[in-house]
Amino acid sequence: MASTATVAGIGPVFHLEEEHAHAEGGSTMLGFWLYLMSDCLIFAMLFAAYGVLGGNYAAGPAPKDLFDLDLVAVNTAMLLFSSITYGFAMLTMDKGRVAATQAWLAVTGLFGLAFLSIELYEFAHMIHEGATPQRSAFLSSFFTLVGTHGLHVTFGTVWLVTLMVQVARFGLIEANRRRLMCLSMFWHFLDVVWIGVFTFVYLMGMLR
Amino acid sequence: MPDTLTKFIFGRLTWESLPLHEPIVVATFIAVALGGIALLGVITYFKLWTYLWREWFTSVDHKKIGIMYMVLGLVMLLRGFSDAIMMRLQQAIAFNGSEGYLNSHHYDQIFTAHGVIMIFFVAMPFVTGLMNFVVPLQIGARDVSFPFLNNFSFWMTVGGAILVMASLFVGEFARTGWLAYPPLSGIGYSPDVGVDYYIWALQVAGVGTTLSGINLICTIIKMRAPGMTMMRMPVFTWTSLCTNVLIVASFPVLTAVLSLLALDRYVGTNFFTNDFGGNPMMYVNLIWIWGHPEVYILILPLFGVFSEVTSTFSGKRLFGYTSMVYATVVITILSYLVWLHHFFTMGSGASVNSFFGITTMIISIPTGAKIFNWLFTMYRGRIRFELPMMWTVAFMLTFTVGGMTGVLLAVPPADFVLHNSLFLIAHFHNVIIGGVLFGLFAGIAYWWPKAFGFKLDPFWGKVSFWCWVVGFWFAFMPLYILGLMGVTRRMRVFDDPSLQIWFVIAAFGAVLIACGIAAFLIQIFVSIRRREALADPTGDPWDGRTLEWSTSSPPPAYNFAFTPVIRDNDAWWDMKQAGYIRPLAGFKPIHMPSNTGTGIILAAFSVALGFGLIWYIWWLAALSFVCLIATAIGHTFNYHRDFHIPAAEVTRTEKARTTLLAAQG
Repeated sequence: MASTATVAGIGPVFHLEEEHAHAEGGSTMLGFWLYLMSDCLIFAMLFAAYGVLGGNYAAGPAPKDLFDLDLVAVNTAMLLFSSITYGFAMLTMDKGRVAATQAWLAVTGLFGLAFLSIELYEFAHMIHEGATPQRSAFLSSFFTLVGTHGLHVTFGTVWLVTLMVQVARFGLIEANRRRLMCLSMFWHFLDVVWIGVFTFVYLMGMLR
Repeated sequence: MPDTLTKFIFGRLTWESLPLHEPIVVATFIAVALGGIALLGVITYFKLWTYLWREWFTSVDHKKIGIMYMVLGLVMLLRGFSDAIMMRLQQAIAFNGSEGYLNSHHYDQIFTAHGVIMIFFVAMPFVTGLMNFVVPLQIGARDVSFPFLNNFSFWMTVGGAILVMASLFVGEFARTGWLAYPPLSGIGYSPDVGVDYYIWALQVAGVGTTLSGINLICTIIKMRAPGMTMMRMPVFTWTSLCTNVLIVASFPVLTAVLSLLALDRYVGTNFFTNDFGGNPMMYVNLIWIWGHPEVYILILPLFGVFSEVTSTFSGKRLFGYTSMVYATVVITILSYLVWLHHFFTMGSGASVNSFFGITTMIISIPTGAKIFNWLFTMYRGRIRFELPMMWTVAFMLTFTVGGMTGVLLAVPPADFVLHNSLFLIAHFHNVIIGGVLFGLFAGIAYWWPKAFGFKLDPFWGKVSFWCWVVGFWFAFMPLYILGLMGVTRRMRVFDDPSLQIWFVIAAFGAVLIACGIAAFLIQIFVSIRRREALADPTGDPWDGRTLEWSTSSPPPAYNFAFTPVIRDNDAWWDMKQAGYIRPLAGFKPIHMPSNTGTGIILAAFSVALGFGLIWYIWWLAALSFVCLIATAIGHTFNYHRDFHIPAAEVTRTEKARTTLLAAQG
């Protein structure tokens, strides 16, 4: 606190002489974390709803009749791989290698699309079998929880494409690095949520 | 035109949707339309559109956004209060076989709209506006962490308000009570657009509220001036921090639960239905997990206002600063552990009810500590009974009564008798009017000179004060008595004529409050007229203690020419005591965010999206959703969002202030 020192004869100085620059985007990481936590609460509510309603089959199909664990395992692998490849993208970004970053981002996006395709196939299959979201409270909460996660992945993919365009146009400038970092947190966050979905919905569903 | 095409274009919107059969609504519409046309005419006549667009609507300046929030709150207060006085009149005359003047269809919408508007579009904008304006000034910052997001949040709140207002003239509002419990709010019992208006208005506004919460937390954590440790933050900043933590930790719950209700209504899922395994009680639980923190979101910042006002107008450091901070934090945490007290009668059993009853009673301990802190601050202080201090004293007397009836309601057996009665209505109006509203008036009177450079006229302020305070007691004490007699809430007509006198007294109180609101508007009008006489060129009209009083009134766009350095929690008081000398030279260019119209455009698309969803106009919903996403993505391609205020301009602004201060002697 050197600047409050008494300057000879004029009393203490209560300000910084130099412009006190808040680094641009200095709050972005904290802000994005807070956003993620708020999003996490939405998922918490959906998990809670599933927890309350997940056993209410209304004489309709139960998890054992519907879930294909092999398929879900493949799907889980897609998302986990996408997190690893996003990690590689961030490593190459740190080294400033634009082309490699873009390539890893593209691979990540493809894994994301594969995940979404498998999920949509699963949904279509269930609906075809008559297990629609309207059939029972269990299915309502199942489709909402898993679907909300899928919607997040969809948005993440749109965002990923947007960022690839921006990296292509403007390079790995500071703002773009920050944005890639935010998407990285978002992507890994969705992975963590999926692990919850996989465990509580699919694995424990098979035990019910 | 073939029927299917009409349906495609207009969804379920038809000529019958316009409430032409309701003379009251038609008259209101004519009045609002004429008023609106007059307002637009005046703006056009004086060529103010460019000014408003450039200087206000697209502004990312936290001070201007704060003021716009306050304007929104004030406009919506008039609407919410109109609903209130209509209910009071209806209940005062609907006796002895009279049906009153409101049919049940209309009356049910009124009490729902009153609650929704007062909480979401009066109290929330007022509170958010106050935090927006004051917090960056109190912590010595130039703006909030995310200035664009701030503008966007504001316009989303406006968007929600627009949807609620639209429901008055196009279609109808929900007839479910302000929390829209299913199954009543389900598609089976409420097939009309009312609940959909409710859902989408709150969803649109909720996005704004959540983002503004994140923004203000980041601002407080990251943007404090050097030397301002957490325990040197002004108490208002502390309470704002806790409130915004509550916002971020509770509004997503509301978003989620309303989305589930929307799915039930639009998709036919079975979350809250009575059949296919749905569970309406889950809705009640989930919405109160948001709803209870919400009441603390409203009251905490005002506790901060009272702390600032008490210590300023007692000329003393706040008594028990540390305990005040801890009390606030404890209330923040406890507010998550009490939600079930809103439905003790649901039948959760004695153990669960006891737990929530006890946690509820425990909240009165930190709150009581605060009351004592304010009293001890006043003790042996040199109290100046200016307007903000009068509101504070009225708050302490009124709020304490509301707090005690709250503890009474927290006792589950008592709650079984008083549940859903007018006693409950009296209780929460007692704490919301006596706490939130009185605090807002204290805060407005206190910071008005900072925002505009002149004080509010004290005479009309006192008229407003006495009308409000006396009016409150007349309006709500009868409701306590009626509640103890067993009168339930939301009744339209009554059979027992002996109850009428109490409703007449309550209506008289509401009329007094109406006078209070009128006097407040007159106060603003008179103050603007007399702004020369009421001017405060010093920037520190109350002999303030915190940093916002160290800059000019109104503050320059950059708030502080130099970043202040803090060494005490009453920073400005400390600076004055130590012989602070205002720097007059050596100004540097100041880095500031640029204005942008993206926020208002995004909010406009959100309103269109909501409107499309409400009326099943799917093409409009889809189109506005695509536009919304495209605009948001387009905005991210703009990398140049800031500029520098040149040093010469800073010097010029500061010199003008030097001249002004010198003229004071």
